Amino acid sequence: MKKILYIAMMSAVMAGCRKDVVVFPAEEEQKGEKQISEVTGFYLLNEGNMGSNKATLDYYDYATATYSRNIYAEANPDVPKELGDVGNDLKIYGGRLYAVINCSNKIEVMDAKTAKRIGQVDIPNCRYITFDGKYAYVTSYAGPVSLDASHAQIGYVARFDTATLAIDGQCLVGYQPDELAAVDGKLYVANSGGYMVPDYDHTVSVIDIASFTETKRIDVAKNLWRVRADGHGQLWVSSRGDYFDTAAKLYCIDTKTDAVVDSLDVAVSALDITGDSLYACATAWDYINYEEVVSYAIVDVRTRKVVTTNFITDGTETQIQKPYGIKVHPLTRDVFVTDAKNYVTPGMLHCYGQDGLLKWSVRTGDIPGEISFVYK
Amino acid sequence: MRRLLLYILLLLCAAVEAADAAYGDQKSEFRSQRSEVRDQQLDSILREFSIDEVEVTARRREEPVIPVQKLDGARLEGLSAQSVADAARYFSGVQLKDYGGVGGMKTIDVRSMGTHHVGVFYDGIEIGNAQNGTVDLGKFSMDNIEELALYNGQKSEIFQPAKDYGSAGTLYIKTRRPKFTDGKNYNLSVSMKAGTFGLANPSVLYEQKLAENIHLSASAEYTYAHGRYHFRYRRVLPNGDVAWDTTAVRQNGDVQALRAEVGLFGYLPEGKWHVKGYYYQSEKGIPGAIVNNVWKNSQRQWDRNAFVQGNYTQRVTKGYDVQVNAKYTNDYMRYLNPDTTLMYIDNCFTQQEVYVSMAHRLAVVGVKGLVTHKDVNWDVSLSADYQWNYLQANLANFVYPERSTVLAAAATQLYWKYLKMQASVLGTFIFDKIRQPTIAMPTAYKQRPQFTPAVFLSYQPILSEELFLRAYYKRIFRMPTFNDLYYTDVGNITLLPEYTTQYDGGVQYDKRWQEGACRAVSVKADGYFNQVKNKIVAIPKGNGQYRWQMMNLGYVEIRGVDVNASTTLDLTHEVLLSIGATYTYQKAQDFTDPNEITYGGQIAYIPWHSCSAMANLSWKGLSVNYAFIYVGERYHNSANIPANYEQPWYTHDMSVSYELKIKNAKCKMSECQRMYFAVEINNMFNQQYEVILNYPMPGINGKGIVRIMI
Repeated sequence: MKKILYIAMMSAVMAGCRKDVVVFPAEEEQKGEKQISEVTGFYLLNEGNMGSNKATLDYYDYATATYSRNIYAEANPDVPKELGDVGNDLKIYGGRLYAVINCSNKIEVMDAKTAKRIGQVDIPNCRYITFDGKYAYVTSYAGPVSLDASHAQIGYVARFDTATLAIDGQCLVGYQPDELAAVDGKLYVANSGGYMVPDYDHTVSVIDIASFTETKRIDVAKNLWRVRADGHGQLWVSSRGDYFDTAAKLYCIDTKTDAVVDSLDVAVSALDITGDSLYACATAWDYINYEEVVSYAIVDVRTRKVVTTNFITDGTETQIQKPYGIKVHPLTRDVFVTDAKNYVTPGMLHCYGQDGLLKWSVRTGDIPGEISFVYK
Repeated sequence: MRRLLLYILLLLCAAVEAADAAYGDQKSEFRSQRSEVRDQQLDSILREFSIDEVEVTARRREEPVIPVQKLDGARLEGLSAQSVADAARYFSGVQLKDYGGVGGMKTIDVRSMGTHHVGVFYDGIEIGNAQNGTVDLGKFSMDNIEELALYNGQKSEIFQPAKDYGSAGTLYIKTRRPKFTDGKNYNLSVSMKAGTFGLANPSVLYEQKLAENIHLSASAEYTYAHGRYHFRYRRVLPNGDVAWDTTAVRQNGDVQALRAEVGLFGYLPEGKWHVKGYYYQSEKGIPGAIVNNVWKNSQRQWDRNAFVQGNYTQRVTKGYDVQVNAKYTNDYMRYLNPDTTLMYIDNCFTQQEVYVSMAHRLAVVGVKGLVTHKDVNWDVSLSADYQWNYLQANLANFVYPERSTVLAAAATQLYWKYLKMQASVLGTFIFDKIRQPTIAMPTAYKQRPQFTPAVFLSYQPILSEELFLRAYYKRIFRMPTFNDLYYTDVGNITLLPEYTTQYDGGVQYDKRWQEGACRAVSVKADGYFNQVKNKIVAIPKGNGQYRWQMMNLGYVEIRGVDVNASTTLDLTHEVLLSIGATYTYQKAQDFTDPNEITYGGQIAYIPWHSCSAMANLSWKGLSVNYAFIYVGERYHNSANIPANYEQPWYTHDMSVSYELKIKNAKCKMSECQRMYFAVEINNMFNQQYEVILNYPMPGINGKGIVRIMI
């Protein structure tokens, strides 16, 4: 018996010794149809649960119809601890790919063609990024903390030069600022106040880009999150509500007058505006029935009317556990919906045609969120 | 502080005088012509093979229906364990969740059913945590621990509080009881441990015989560590070249803790009593996860745990015994995040618990039963417990939950020649009360009464051989904790209890010899199948970030094998070698959702293979110990994909100790002062590993111990 035990133990030890850990190789899968157009592919940023250091980057190549999962480490094998913890935003500007890595307190700057690292910009608790001219603007929660018992912490927008990656300015805004958009020389910043429960912020800060100072606040609604411009001088701002009495809603601001002109009963977790269509997906928590209420809406930004509350027409939305990100192909109008599942297991990316039929699905990293298209 | 204690220690060294601490075990069968030291060592080693301590009221030595895994005496000392968690890793079927460092949180999981299903008992009464249901074993120092015992199912005993039936697996921590030898009426032991991570750990234990039948024990301990250690991450390219190789220092892992305990032990004709006061306070840094661009964290935690507990056991009349247990606990915890790049958090929680229990046992048939019978023993028992828990916190919308729990258990035990059996049923009734918050949180949690059974069987085919075949079935649950139910915004009051069902079959063989080289052999093997139903898991909810909701979603099946083997060899020239090994195989699969990639996957952090080994070589006062732990490959998520793969890890620990007896004219009664020296080296081969993703563990580390016993 002891001998058997010994042999079993030794074989277990032999078979299970530690080996050198090899840099993560990317995994490839064939998905969808090959397409040749101005759009050559897209990057998808997987957030990764907080503390897991599992923010990862996936890439889909249209020329070969190949989905490559977790490409960062292979493209940058010499970066310790890879891309980082909690990937919050992803954008391409001027041939460079910018990934906002929230809990790694940095913006990772990469070449948009190769995903090779160019450098990083250190901004603590950075949230979202936008661009105007030669500058990038990043929201951060990590402003000065008030000295009173509330410990309220004002947020700011940091500005850095996209050529030198040097930070050259800060502009204080509201509490816990999230998305921001640049329209006609102005930055619009959605202040959430997410650390202030239940006293959420409810304003959009307007920053004059030239002087880089906050010029006004627009009172919108509790707990703001997304802010996107359409092609008609309008700004679409989403409110998360307070998760109890105040429901999540979508607001429209006229950028000429900086006034709220409309509000729609559309909950928004993620949105994307292409042409005159605003695509939004959301999950709202129902405290009565203890379940999620999911919606996939399209809003016509000209009429400001809801076109549909479910653009998925083949019933496959039941396969989506937690819609988390949405992006529309600028040319084909294919709609990409990400599923974050339970936040700790790998998510899914679903590609829907304009007709709302599922074309293909692929496994992603943990918590797939933002998508950014690459142009030729 | 440290300097002062060292000074005291030196002073004590100079004043070495008289007598010996009572290490000998009264019930030794092996005491005789052999040398004292060896006798004691043999004794403590062989206790592993012998049965539980003879109860005052026990009628005869009985093999338990379900065997226990125990660590005590020399074997426990040889493990170089700083905390209870470090020692508990050596049990088969146990997985330790270790966040690293002296102050890092350490919890155990028995047979993969989850940390919530492990009951931890300190000197006979459970350590509760109504807030989150888990006990951090890293807080319990090994300094005054005499024995650790792990039971699968429940303690094989029917004369116990109803609570002892209430967990799927149970760890009993037993502190040292005063023992006075040969006319001595006090014992004093002073020790100092110092080592890597800036560890300074002085402690003192004093025992006094107040009267012939009342003994006092008092102990205190202070632990300080700066907690810094080097860790290294390294990646290679597919061709073997180094891709990156980073070494850093673990920061914010400092800890300082104070523990003080006072106990009174009383012995009565046909009875005994025990009262204990316990106080622990600590401040520590939470080193946190190491992620890209973040190599240091600044969160801190303060704990203060205090309890008073007592036990009174009495034979009332022939065949009828009663015991009463009671406890009051007051626990305080403060968590601070001062890091301005994150949300500022300064939360305080205070928990209180009142517990009373009464247990009755009636020996219906037996040698000393109501009906006298030579071969049959039949006992029945009834116990009833009441527990009250209350949680206060400085959180917004907090509901100040209050819970009353009534537990009632009926059990019976039948021993008949070849066959032993035990059956019990536990009834659990809970009543929650909350302060209505301003927000829409409906009402207090309601749950219908739960009745859960357990059956244990043991069969001894040949009465002269200690070969036992055994089996058990147990169904038990854990109630949702206050956090599960009421944590602001996360809690869910529609939760059901989380059930576990265990089926176990096993065999055990023990053999002991009074003479010859091989003195003892013991082999145990168990196969088991467990189910965890309605597993309470956090799922993301609603429209926003990091918002979670507790749900009864999980279903897990566990198939496993535990094997334990040990032997004691009496080599020539008074050299004793004792070897023990355990092996565990577990297939713990997530069968929650057939549509998910996780379906059928091995659950997070459970290795398929794990094992431990320990060896103790002793010669007179000298002892050399070796301990090995192996945890095989795992995944940190039940999606068993390469991105979630975790490497195996294994550590080798060595220690050498020497016990010196100082002969002195004044020490008349053969017992002398003793000094104990030990040097420990842990993780000898400096393996760089993680138990939990992004929480690097220390490499090679060491410790020195000096103890004086008067």
